[in-house]
Amino acid sequence: MSAALSSSRHLGKPAIQLLGVNKWYGQMHVLRNINLEIAEGERVVVCGPSGSGKSTMIRCINRLEEHQQGQIIVDGIELSDDLKSLDAIRREVGMVFQSFNLFPHLTILENCTLAPIWVRKMPKKEAEELAMEYLTRVRIPEQANKYPGQLSGGQQQRVAIARALCMKPKIMLFDEPTSALDPEMIKEVLDTMVMLADTGMTMICVTHEMGFARQVADRVVFMDRGEVVESNTPNELFGNPQTDRLKLFLSQILRGH
Amino acid sequence: MSVTTHTPSPALPPPSRLMAGGPLGWVKANLLNGVFNSMITLLLAYLLVRYTISFVDWAFLNAIWQVPNDRFGRADTSSCRDIKGIGACWAVITEKHRFILFGTYPYEEHWRPAIVCVLFIALYIVSAMRRFWRKELVLVWAVTLTAIGLLMWGGVFGLSYVPQERWGGLPITLILATFGLAFAFPLAIMVALGRRSRLPAIKALCVVYVELIRGVPLISLLFMASVMFPLFLPEGLNIDKLLRAQVAIILFAGAYLAEVVRAGLQSLPKGQYEAAEALGLSYWQKTGFIILPQALRLVIPPLVNTFIGFFKDTSLVLIIGIFDLLTAAKTAIIEPQWQGFAVEVYVTVGLIYFIFCFAMSKYSAGLEAELNKHRKR
Repeated sequence: MSAALSSSRHLGKPAIQLLGVNKWYGQMHVLRNINLEIAEGERVVVCGPSGSGKSTMIRCINRLEEHQQGQIIVDGIELSDDLKSLDAIRREVGMVFQSFNLFPHLTILENCTLAPIWVRKMPKKEAEELAMEYLTRVRIPEQANKYPGQLSGGQQQRVAIARALCMKPKIMLFDEPTSALDPEMIKEVLDTMVMLADTGMTMICVTHEMGFARQVADRVVFMDRGEVVESNTPNELFGNPQTDRLKLFLSQILRGH
Repeated sequence: MSVTTHTPSPALPPPSRLMAGGPLGWVKANLLNGVFNSMITLLLAYLLVRYTISFVDWAFLNAIWQVPNDRFGRADTSSCRDIKGIGACWAVITEKHRFILFGTYPYEEHWRPAIVCVLFIALYIVSAMRRFWRKELVLVWAVTLTAIGLLMWGGVFGLSYVPQERWGGLPITLILATFGLAFAFPLAIMVALGRRSRLPAIKALCVVYVELIRGVPLISLLFMASVMFPLFLPEGLNIDKLLRAQVAIILFAGAYLAEVVRAGLQSLPKGQYEAAEALGLSYWQKTGFIILPQALRLVIPPLVNTFIGFFKDTSLVLIIGIFDLLTAAKTAIIEPQWQGFAVEVYVTVGLIYFIFCFAMSKYSAGLEAELNKHRKR
């Protein structure tokens, strides 16, 4: 039902544009002529077999990886070597990693307030209040003064989401956020992401969680060997695959379910 | 299908391994299990007791703590010579301790280097306490080091001027070690960061610095600083010898510490850099808040290892004629009546070095445990 709702939602102007993006690792051509436009408020799930370039693509969006050809325009700013524009983009783009990447020497609260205080120049007290607000939203305010190592994987990933949200980003990138989690913790992280989707956040999520894709995605992008092979609403993409590659991929991931 | 209710098993305490059969049982189990182990235990116990007894005899029971003066007013060490090898002649320390500690500094002004030593130790203690790790600590260092300079040189506030050539003993060792490490450590961090820089010129400069300095013995650097460097200076300009040696030590320690810091930087997972970048932190914010605090914690043991090494390496300045603690000690026994009592003097100086190094070692162990608390569950 929510998929039906979301497909009828009004989507705004483009938040992210990838125009003819190419990338190589040495001789290996890992992103091949990627053209993708994501509107403000749109929720896109990227799926595909491992090594298909999904992570590389979303890591190019905040320039953790550099693309060598083509244009990437985020929030109206083109990614280039200019550090000022890069800082501006990174302020507006939050990222959640597969391996959480919390700062182990800082408490949960400090993890969440560091960037708002130093990048957004927010007063410490205000940053702490904001952090507590988001920690409450991801339902772990009581862990605020612990260190990341004292939390379970699912809790750490929820902190990572809260930490990214504390920067009040316009866009959130998720790079396989549940792949490093034990099965019983996947749900708590997905629930948090569904809740975030309900706020209208622009989201790009690399994931193998097809249930999540059906529930929240406006669009699912299937990548294989560095290309975008198909892009469609979840119902169409999963129910009516057009290419052999997608059919093969779906048969492989659905076998496990 | 029937459902059985599973009662969880109760949590039990682990079996006690320690002192299973009391202290005697422990001795039996650990020291006297089997004929071979028992023999080794007995042999080592015999050697331990025997050498402890002879050391106590030499150092305390048979030792001479004071000697009378002969009719020329010189120390009469004949009683010491009589018991040589049987008892220690601590009289050499009683007699010469001020020379060992303060070298050729004017005798009636010895209170000044004494206060300097106390100031240094107070500075170490204050800096070691985490609750004083604030911005103001830099100010405390600046004030203390200025006060130390004023006391040593004098020439103001009614203190008589003492040229650097007359300084000596423990203050020299503390000055070289403290300034050396205080400047070498930040230098090392910058060089370690520079070696990982994307800018080729900075990277090359740092690599060349580290490799050049590491490839040369400290002694030759000290020689260069004391003999060669002045040849390149314009006529009439003279840079203090101690300062030149100090710079050589800073450069040398900097290169070694840089490699230790670099090891720490490399051991951090890439995800830490990426998470900091993704949050929009600038290079210096990322380095200062995320990377260095973690990297330096990881390398506390090798860092302190290098610190301790350099504390002792400052004694090499003796070859360019600077009067540090060890040189002062050697010089103290140059008079004919004290010749032959080197063991006592070296044991004493060794003890002083040991106290400082052991304190560093103990402190670092505590710091390591304290700062790595977050890694425990």
